[in-house]
Amino acid sequence: MSLLTRVKQKQIAQQIEAGKRLDGRGLTDYRELTVEEGLIERAEGSARVHLGKTEVLVGVKIENGEPFSDTPNDGVLTVNAELVPLAYPSFEPGPPDENSIELARIVDRGIRESKAIDTAKLCIEPGKKVFVVFVDIYVLNHDGNMIDASALAAVSALVNTKMPNYEIEDGEVKEKTGYSPLPLKSHPITVTIAKINDKLIVDPGIEEEQVMDARISMAINDEGNICAIQKGGAGFFSPQKILEASKLAQAKSAELRKKLDW
Amino acid sequence: MNDKPEKLIDKKGIRLDGRKADELRPVKIQVGVLPNADGSAYIEHGKNKILVGVFGPREMHPKHLSQSDRMVIRCRYHMAPFSVQERKSPAPSRREVELSKVIRESLEPSVFVDLYPRTGIDIFIEVLQADGGTRCASITAASLAIADAGIPLRDLVVACAAGKIDDTVVLDLYDAEDKLGVADVPVAYMPNLNAVTLLQMDGVLSPDEFESAVNMAVEGCKKIYIMQKEVLRNKYMVVKEEAEE
Repeated sequence: MSLLTRVKQKQIAQQIEAGKRLDGRGLTDYRELTVEEGLIERAEGSARVHLGKTEVLVGVKIENGEPFSDTPNDGVLTVNAELVPLAYPSFEPGPPDENSIELARIVDRGIRESKAIDTAKLCIEPGKKVFVVFVDIYVLNHDGNMIDASALAAVSALVNTKMPNYEIEDGEVKEKTGYSPLPLKSHPITVTIAKINDKLIVDPGIEEEQVMDARISMAINDEGNICAIQKGGAGFFSPQKILEASKLAQAKSAELRKKLDW
Repeated sequence: MNDKPEKLIDKKGIRLDGRKADELRPVKIQVGVLPNADGSAYIEHGKNKILVGVFGPREMHPKHLSQSDRMVIRCRYHMAPFSVQERKSPAPSRREVELSKVIRESLEPSVFVDLYPRTGIDIFIEVLQADGGTRCASITAASLAIADAGIPLRDLVVACAAGKIDDTVVLDLYDAEDKLGVADVPVAYMPNLNAVTLLQMDGVLSPDEFESAVNMAVEGCKKIYIMQKEVLRNKYMVVKEEAEE
């Protein structure tokens, strides 16, 4: 940790000790959240999320492809994340690094494990042809907590996704006119909690991320059950803190769910 | 692929491989198995067979990655092409990249990194055979390999998973339970500091089930921790005897 971040850490930790944060939020407050759906006409579904100044755009494309051999009757979900170089000084062009792979896999796990997409309805011809749902996450501005912003944008984009109607003619898929919504069964919400000096805060901003000990992200489904977890950062949590974080994640996801029209 | 058994755990609470709900698979550990590495360990956790080598503290290559106030830890988790049923391409998959990161982050809190500024250590993990729970077994072995390299640690890191199969929360899932079960919760833990350094989960658990899974995994970790310390102590007992001869 550089000298500057150490000074910053002290300042942030002192504030948090007093129940305050740099931007005036309470410890468990989210920044302002806005969700806009359907901005990209070429994509089958899309959504843009602003979480404070963090901005994430997700586009969903649907193509025909082959199913995996162990799930011949299910459509396929593929999640990819791009930390676009224009979003932050240290984001570099090139193949995805461990941060973007981790981000994509956290979002993927939330959607997959909550069985958000009814993949059985995406089967065209068992064992041969299914719909493949590509979820591409584009981080357009990084100001902390890319995980929650990306997860919210991904599910919003899926809610917004329209599948082309089709019929099968001589084993070929023919598109018909009109669209139907992507079949969804669940709407997971991911809540990220950071630990700074043994205090838990929700939705860490970028400066808080630079000085946090560790973070924990929990995806919560519609019923309030946990469906995916990822701890990150080179610090630790006591088992008691993990349970505290789990309760906090339940409460915050319920609060966010009320604001979203899913 | 229609060989899915009807039940993963029977009425008496016995699992397909004959274990009880809170029973670990057999674990065998060795340290100092690689002559060219500064520290090394080999673990057999059930059918998992994993080899870990640690190099360093040494000068970083490339040099600009080194940091003036601390040691940098690098970690590569890699599966051998023959370690799984269908051959795995030797190129690092996205899963391996993610696991390398979370394993590194699970070990970092245990190392006194500020004692070795401007240096780096490399942790190389090779999964020779996989049977579910490789990230946990890798962490258990990697922490021993770091200790074997003589690097000062706050505590050993030990890892074990818990999860849910059918309606039961169980310890230490093997491959079939992981694939056909409801949820898997890998946990890495430093027993002396009561610190969880890795926590992941996939599958669906209610908050209560999650709590009992975490507690069960922590108890499993404590059991493996005893074996870890034993292995390390035995190595130095041999060294001591040789020195006295």
